[in-house]
Amino acid sequence: MSERAQIDNFTELGLVERREALAVGKFDLVKEVRRLSAKIEAKSVLNAFLETTDELAVECTSKLAHSEEAFPLRGVVLAVKDNIALKDHQLTCASKILDGYKSLFTSTALQRLSDAGVVIIGKTNLDEFAMGSSTEHSAFGPSLNPFDNSRVPGGSSGGSAAAVAAGLATASLGSETGGSVRQPAAFCGLVGIKPTYGRISRYGLVAFGSSLDQIGVMARTTYECAKVFETMAGHDPLDNTSSPVPVPDCAGNLDRPLKGLRVGLPREYREGTIQPEVANSVERAAKVLKEMGATITECSLPHTKYAIPVYYILAPAEASSNLARYDGVRYGLRRGTPPPTPPASGGEVAPPLPPIEDIIRASRQAGFGAEVKRRIMLGTYVLSSGYYDAYYLKAQKVRRLIRQDFLNVFDDFDLLLTPTTPTTAFKFGEKTADPIAMYLSDIFTAPANLAGVPAISVPFGFDDKGLPIGIQLMAADFREDLLFQVAHQLEGVAQ
Amino acid sequence: MKHEETKGRRISLEEVNRIAELARLSPSEDEREQLAAKMSSVIDFVEQLNELDTTSIEPLHHVLDLHSVLRDDVVRPSLPVSEVMKNAPQKKGDYFIVPRVIKGAET
Repeated sequence: MSERAQIDNFTELGLVERREALAVGKFDLVKEVRRLSAKIEAKSVLNAFLETTDELAVECTSKLAHSEEAFPLRGVVLAVKDNIALKDHQLTCASKILDGYKSLFTSTALQRLSDAGVVIIGKTNLDEFAMGSSTEHSAFGPSLNPFDNSRVPGGSSGGSAAAVAAGLATASLGSETGGSVRQPAAFCGLVGIKPTYGRISRYGLVAFGSSLDQIGVMARTTYECAKVFETMAGHDPLDNTSSPVPVPDCAGNLDRPLKGLRVGLPREYREGTIQPEVANSVERAAKVLKEMGATITECSLPHTKYAIPVYYILAPAEASSNLARYDGVRYGLRRGTPPPTPPASGGEVAPPLPPIEDIIRASRQAGFGAEVKRRIMLGTYVLSSGYYDAYYLKAQKVRRLIRQDFLNVFDDFDLLLTPTTPTTAFKFGEKTADPIAMYLSDIFTAPANLAGVPAISVPFGFDDKGLPIGIQLMAADFREDLLFQVAHQLEGVAQ
Repeated sequence: MKHEETKGRRISLEEVNRIAELARLSPSEDEREQLAAKMSSVIDFVEQLNELDTTSIEPLHHVLDLHSVLRDDVVRPSLPVSEVMKNAPQKKGDYFIVPRVIKGAET
């Protein structure tokens, strides 16, 4: 094996092998970080990153090299969605309205990972404020799918998915409000988890839909995904919606036998238009699980078809409230004011300002993109006097029915097996004209967000165009350990 | 169950104007047209929720069974004001610059 081929394997090695290689000096982490930065530059056409943090990465790496501590996640090179705060770095949310903003603190998730030896290589592209399923709503242009550059990487965490799929990082953080980690993971051939709501602190994650938002992880292997997950997870006093439920050992239990596992195939996830190869992957996975000793039975989540309509009331409603903070006063873009005057030497007469409402409106109008405005408008509409009961309250009631479906089914089953998405990665422009067509690409992922249950997407085969197919596993609250265990064993047999 | 009285409603330009005012946005003429059309199609789409009788269902605000999470009232260090002011688009010392918002006599 040539030296170059050997070095190129760094991001393709499993985490255990990567750590061993680092330990015996086969790789030098500083050199790898430098090489990855150069590779990010060379693959800039993918538009996966909005900022590279290679200086910080090198600094962290050197610290790791000189330390005697164990650093359980040394060897993880992480790409981070640019809606998760890293002190002194940008936090654009792929929006012009946060132009120039620098984070004043580091999110709990990133702090825990840094403390464990993770090196952060950069901040990745997303649909503006995580609103979208393709990165086509980024103010900085879309990211491309490394498998086929004419196709979307999925979204909203599309940059994070493209970065790992292209070998520019070994793992990445995304965030989910309605499928934004699992869908891009499926489109880019990665393992991607949406943990139970409240499992990972939201401190330092820019708010979109606060009752839905959750940080997630993507990686090439389930093991690395599980290691990153369990390091971040657990109660955080800085987020009072974070759960005190203890986090079990996930990565250490991946090989537990599956004998007796009760797997449900929800019939509602087999209805509608599903690409035949995707349906076929689910069938094959079911067969594999059966061979491993699981029982496979059809089941029903009768309110599944209402998930997308509920989501498109609740998420915009919460977003319209959360995004009210962007007012052009305390941070971010400000418009509608006279150009700032240079500091006056003697006189202190500030230029006259227009009314505050005009400044707020002009700033928001100039700063937000079309999809974000549409959702703010929708959210404002469903919360407005006269419509609140008909839409918002109604959606909250149906949300309870959707959660109840899951609680019922988990009385009889340990795990649900479904497709992650109805199709493999779609082409640019294919769904931008029709918001509902775009929304429906999240039809199988949004229910877990509404119910709060954990879900994972695992690569399982390819379609006839060579595009990766993702299958989804869902489990009861706080059973991420079970998701990782089954995902790991499926990944062992996926081609 | 009687449907909440919204069936078949589409969003007019006047409603777009009213909502834009509430949302502190000022869409252009073209954007208003687009918003009226696309918001209407989304609202039409979500109308299917009215197929369900939810009379006796309690709304779900939050999936976690956590209530009134409190911490001890201990003073801890917070961000220095100078740090917080770093991101302000217009400032003077430790103050954000805004136009006069309280009505009163001109000084």
